[in-house]
Formats: sequence, structure tokens, C-alpha cells
Amino acid sequence: MSSQESVVESRSSPNGAIVKVENLVKEFGTLKAVKGVSFEIQEGEIFGFLGPNGAGKSTTINMLTTLLKSTSGMAEICGYDIHKNPTEVRRSVGVVPQEYTADEDLTGYENILLCADLYGIPRSNSKPHAEELLALVELSDAKNRKVSTYSGGMRRRLELACGLINYPKLLFLDEPTLGLDVQTRTAVWKYIRMLKAEYHMTLFMTTHYLEEADSLCDRIAIIDHGQIVKMGTPDQLKASIGGDVIIVGVKEADPDISSDIAKISLVKDVKKKDSEYRIKAEMGEEASPQIMDLIRSKGLHVTKISLTKPTLDEAYLELTGSSLREEETNKMQMMSQRVTMMRARS
Amino acid sequence: MVEENIRSATTTNQPEIKSTTAQETRPAVETPREQEREFRAAPQMNTSPLHGLWALTNRDLKKWYKNPILLFMSLIQPVVWLGLFGKALNFSSFITSSIPPTAPPGTADTILKSFFGTTSYFSFLSCGMMAFVILFTAAFGGMSVVWDRRFGFMNKALSTPVARGSVAMAKVLQSVCRALITASIVLLVAIALGMVTSSFTIQGVLGAYAVMFLIAFGLSSLFVMLAIRSSDWQTQMAIINLLNLPLLFASNALFPVKIMPSWLQTVAKLNPVSYANDAIRQLLLGSPGQFSLGLDFSVLAGFAAVLAGISIYLSWKLLTK
Repeated sequence: MSSQESVVESRSSPNGAIVKVENLVKEFGTLKAVKGVSFEIQEGEIFGFLGPNGAGKSTTINMLTTLLKSTSGMAEICGYDIHKNPTEVRRSVGVVPQEYTADEDLTGYENILLCADLYGIPRSNSKPHAEELLALVELSDAKNRKVSTYSGGMRRRLELACGLINYPKLLFLDEPTLGLDVQTRTAVWKYIRMLKAEYHMTLFMTTHYLEEADSLCDRIAIIDHGQIVKMGTPDQLKASIGGDVIIVGVKEADPDISSDIAKISLVKDVKKKDSEYRIKAEMGEEASPQIMDLIRSKGLHVTKISLTKPTLDEAYLELTGSSLREEETNKMQMMSQRVTMMRARS
Repeated sequence: MVEENIRSATTTNQPEIKSTTAQETRPAVETPREQEREFRAAPQMNTSPLHGLWALTNRDLKKWYKNPILLFMSLIQPVVWLGLFGKALNFSSFITSSIPPTAPPGTADTILKSFFGTTSYFSFLSCGMMAFVILFTAAFGGMSVVWDRRFGFMNKALSTPVARGSVAMAKVLQSVCRALITASIVLLVAIALGMVTSSFTIQGVLGAYAVMFLIAFGLSSLFVMLAIRSSDWQTQMAIINLLNLPLLFASNALFPVKIMPSWLQTVAKLNPVSYANDAIRQLLLGSPGQFSLGLDFSVLAGFAAVLAGISIYLSWKLLTK
């Protein structure tokens, strides 16, 4: 075990960053899809790009996987510059694209072998490896069926297996659970956790599902209008919107004891509306009994109390706003999205 | 009754239990450490610029030969063309029957020979038909680029280290393979239907295949090049239709050039399909050519090389946006 660990160690770059992105910009004509993003991903972490549709998530992934040329800026993936060494970048990363890219007329097994051929992996290695990966994503039974007979979930799992065929250290997942049912989504989450835990893989995923980012990612960058608006661990992001919310209903509307409640050290903010106090506090579990005691000591009666923990939803909506997006999108993107959704539901 | 209930309960429960145990025991059976080693020990990858070329070509061919209906249709089509077009448009009997009986014997043959270079119009047309099926196969070979882009496979290929030029060249090669196979069927059917084989030689047949390879390569490159940025199959169909008919009719595939108006003769002279037909007829039928064989081969080789070059260049330029 220790010898293996040292192998892993020696592969990492000195500061442990497997992805370094500086001021990456992409313009499509006059449309600025990505307006200069900078971030680093450490080896072994799951890094998530979270943002609404059209925020620039896929564009960034496509630039990092060298499918799109960036307008300006630089990025280094596994030590290779995306502009100077695109072929080496492609060789060292795995990509699970947003759309379904497997060939429908071939079987799952043929598809994964084809992928291996495109990476130049000799058949003597790719055949057993393909079997292993198909077993990993639980497709061994269906491996000799044509992909056109696969369900959306099976296709997504096949894409994942194809993305792993070249032994990547870094795996890009673009909206890995888009349009999937709950069972498949749970399974995909399980694989993602397993890749990190058992194979020490670094994962870069995009998503617009908050719960997904919250439960999977070690660090999240919230991206909107082509810019990173906030970056940190899920807990940091939640904390940034300011603690737990306690709502206490009191029988008597008078007297106003807001100022007394605000004196409790854990309480950060108190607002009163009619007979209800809306209190923002750190560590709500400890603050609420103190608040109850205080209210009782004033001779008042508590009618109800509720404690709400902040969710990523709130942090997210606070940062990106709640208005609906009507981003410009090109025909090509719409078409591929339609095809993806159609197949996911099949 | 009670027993039955219990039994049904256990049977419905069984698959569930099975699946959970299977999931839970899996990491234990394949020890994680072993899997780790398997994942870490990446093999030496082939980094030659040609790797993946055959894999991509074979993928397209597989779609063809593993689909019996598609294979049957694309093989039966030339037979139908030859049978209907070749036999209905029988210039030989047209000329023979319109010669007055008083004419000296051999007049019809002389006229036919001077028009077609052979006394059998069917043989003349069969050679043209081979170039014709090559042209159509090449044209629709370009369509598969559009489908790949549309169904996402193109993106998968492009996210691998396979050379961008290979992505385009694989399309060209698959189309060349299909074109040559279909043209061979045309040749066999033509022989069965009465094509004159008296001047066939081994060198002639091999030479004809070399010609067919060159014209197929050039035309396939042309259509792949035109499709390389397109994701819209309707535009692509329009392009195919726009190019196919002029390439076919402004050539010597169906009629000899000398009966065409002079402006059309000039167009036919610029059309590489004319050179292919000219060479194939010289090699298979022994008919006198419009151009020398050397010129035919030079034009066809140049055409193939230039278009292949352009399509490789464009694939590097355009496949990454």
C-alpha cells in the first residue's frame, strides 16, 4: 500500500494542482461566453462548476478538453498546456461529455473498444480493461447489445466507462446526471465517489443540480454569465450567506424584546414582524434554547419555533439571482441538447 | 393461504436481497488494491499519427456490412441501374436498326466504333456506370460526417488523441472501400448481362482498379471536405445534388464527349470523372482513348492528392472551433 501511495505522490506536480486555469476567455463573435475564469484543482479532489444554463460551464470544459480553442488566457492540464500540447492533454484526461456520443449501431463492448483504439491502447490491454470497466458500471450483461437498445441510464453509464478507458488521472464530467431518473443518478453518484475514493482520481464536473454539487464536490465554483462569482467548499458557501435561521412565534405581540435577543452572543441579527421573530444565528441548535429561556424569563409564551439550516440553494440564488435565463444559444447546442434529452428518456 | 402469502413474499424479496448482496460484496471480491493496480498500470499507448485511422474506418464499414438491409440495398442499386438504364438505352440496336439494309455490311459497327470506341454500347455504358456508382457512393460518404456531428460521435473522436486528419481520412477511406466494392458488383453484373470481355487482361483490370481507387479517393475527399463543418444534413443533400448531376452528365460516362456541344465538351474536359471513364474504357475495352493513359493517370492522381491534402488541412483547421 505504501509503495503505491508513493507512486501516486511522485505523479503529482510540486504544488499538487492538476489543473491550473488563468484568465480563460471564450468569445463567439460578439457573445462573451466565458469572461476570464481562473481556478486551480488539486489532485484527488472533486471540483464542481455550478451554474444556470448558459453560464459558460460546458464552454469551459470544452476549452479544457481542447474541443474548443480559447480566445485568450492559459490553462495547464496534468502539466500540459492546452494550446501547445493539445494531443497530450487529450491523452491524459478522460471526458464524459454532456451528450450521448456512443455509436448506436455498435454494441457497448464494441464502442468501448473503439474508444481504446482511438487512444492507441493495444487490444491485448484494452479487451480485459473494457470488461473491467463494463463490470464497474454494471453493464456486463448488456455489453453485446446494440447501444440503440440501451436506456438513457445505460447510455450514461457506457459514456462513463468510455471516459475511463485511457486510465485518466483527471476525469471531466459535463452534466453527468442530466435527464436521468433517480436510480441512475444515484448510481452515477456512487461511481463518482468510488473513482475518488478507490482510484484516487481527480474529477471536474459541471452541474446545475445543487444537491449534486453539495453532496459530491469537495470544492465548488459558482459560475454565472461567464464568470466565477464564488468559490469554496459547500460549507463555506453556505456559511457565506450567514448562519441558521430561527423563527420564533410568541403569543404576545408586545413588548418588543428584539434588543434583548440580539444580546445573546450567538445571535447575529433579529427582525420582528407582528408576533414573530426572525433570528439569524450561528449554531442554531445551541442558540434556540437560550432564546426560549430568554423569552420565558420575560414572562412571554412561545407558540412555535423552527430552525432552518442554510442550503446551497440559498447561497446559489443569492449569488446568481432568481430570474429565468434567456441566454442566446446556437442551433448546434440546442440540437445536441434535444438529442441528449430524447435519448436520456428512452 | 398463509403459506402462499409467505412464499410470495419471499419470492418478491429475493431479487432485492440478491442485488444488494451483489453490490455489497463486489468490492470485497475484486479487492480494491488489485483494481488500483489495474488502473494505475496504463499500457504504452500507440502515439503514431496514424493510430485510430483503421479503427475509425472499420467503424463506418461495420455499420454497412453489419446492416443486412443497407448492404443489400446498396449492392442491389447498381444492378437496377445497369439493368434499366443500360438495357433500355440501347444505342447499339438503335443505330443498327436505323441503318438502311442497302448499306455495306459492317457499316453499323463502324458507326458504333467511331462513337463509342466499341461496338457494344452496353459495354461502353458499363464502364461509365462504374464511375457513376463511385461518384454516388463518395457523395453520400460525406453525409456520414454530418450524422457523426449530429449524433455527437464526432465530439467523442475529437476528445481522443487521434489525429484530426485521421478523422477526415477515415471517412474518405470507408467511402473508397464501399465505392470499390459497389463498382466491383457493377462490373460482375455487367459481365453477366453481356459486357464484352474479349479485351480483358490482368494488367487492364488491375489498371482499371487503380483508376477507380484514384477517382474514388479524390471524390470522397471532395465530399468529406464539403461536409466537414456542416451539421445540417439538408444543406449537405443540396450540395450533393448540385454537384452529382453535373459531374455525371458533363462527363463521358453515359455519352461520348464528341456528340456534345463544344462548351459542354470543355466542361467535360475539366471533369475528373471523364478521365476516369476514359482510362477504364481503354484498359477494359481496349477502345481508343480521348486522352493518353499517362495523362489520365496524372490528372486522377493529381486530383486525389490535391483534394486529400485540402481535406486533411481543413480537418486540422476546422474540426477544433
